[in-house]
Amino acid sequence: MPALLTKKDKKIVRDGLWESNPITYQVLGICSALAVTVQMKTALVMAVSLTTVVAMSNLTISMMRNFIPSKIRIIVQLSVVSTLVIIADQILRAYMYDVSKQLSVFVGLIITNCIVMGRAEAFAMQNPPFKSFLDGLGNGLGYSAVLIAVAVFREIFGSGTLLGFHVIPEALYSSGYVNCGLMVLAPGAFFLLGAIIWIQRAVSGYVEGN
Amino acid sequence: MIEYVNLALKSIFVENILLAYFLGMCSFLACSKKIETAVGLGFAVVFVLTITTPVNWAVYNLLLRKGALSWTGLSTVDLSFLSFIAFIAVIAAMVQIVEMIIDRFSPALYSSLGIFLPLIAVNCSILGASLFMQERNYTFSQSVVFGFGSGVGWALAIVAMAAIRKKLAYNNIPASLKGLGITMMITGLMAMGFMCFAGIQL
Repeated sequence: MPALLTKKDKKIVRDGLWESNPITYQVLGICSALAVTVQMKTALVMAVSLTTVVAMSNLTISMMRNFIPSKIRIIVQLSVVSTLVIIADQILRAYMYDVSKQLSVFVGLIITNCIVMGRAEAFAMQNPPFKSFLDGLGNGLGYSAVLIAVAVFREIFGSGTLLGFHVIPEALYSSGYVNCGLMVLAPGAFFLLGAIIWIQRAVSGYVEGN
Repeated sequence: MIEYVNLALKSIFVENILLAYFLGMCSFLACSKKIETAVGLGFAVVFVLTITTPVNWAVYNLLLRKGALSWTGLSTVDLSFLSFIAFIAVIAAMVQIVEMIIDRFSPALYSSLGIFLPLIAVNCSILGASLFMQERNYTFSQSVVFGFGSGVGWALAIVAMAAIRKKLAYNNIPASLKGLGITMMITGLMAMGFMCFAGIQL
């Protein structure tokens, strides 16, 4: 029985996850990575929505790639992406109303999230549908991984909880431990993401020219 | 009047669209290497934001909102789910029009902004400002002030960042922290600095 995914297909997914991770390597989609990571719950919902939108938009655009005139390709891509985002937003509003209120404008901002447009432009316009779908999936998962890593740190150190459950024992609080308020605020997110990028690049050995 | 000054101060400093809401990070990181580029992009963003936020206000309040179509007799129609696609279309169209107008009337400005104008259509701060305007139910004049203020705040942040990065070129930074990593950390420090403005009101 032939394998469902060939070696090449697996590489496409893995590239997005680690070697050319959209956030730490390609510098795409940073805005939402920072804004929705105060809590694990919103980060998870955002990660799932974005991965779905990237994968589906890559698939759709790749199927349409031979019919899109190159002069108006940006507007065609934008309308495909915004249609998908509208669907995602309506689903969130119908089934997870409180999370969608917390995410507020950031669901809508998936439209201008550079990952979606960047992958559509760089990969889906040249490659067949299934490969593009995998590329979207890999990049979405790579984004999710960074998002979840940032959210775990921010929620544990910022409010002492994880997915709403208290993880830091009461004894620690009574011996003088205080939640780090900085983590909940904007600067904490910048510092954490900077540190994560540093670690990821130190491990993978990528160095940016000045 | 004082209310508008307050709103402008709030959107420039206290709730800076870049440093407090993280919008427009991509172009902020990519275009802050040279001061000239940063200044050009900053002005383009102020310009486009001041125009698109009120235009989107009009589109939302006159066409999309529940009951907005009552002047055609369709008072129960609620098209607000279309707001994402309407806003992005308005932004793309406005950017195109602004580009054509500048090209016609001020070729000098056009050649200095040239490459950045089309890129602005996919800058999240533009769409973000329109979505905030929708969520916070601003009035028309508030949306003008908010658009302008957010633009100025963004421009201020990117110009400051470009100046810092110029100095940074002479520093010895660990190899893997170079570029994106150190830029994120400095942005964090800037965000802390801007937080000092919290609570200021006239």
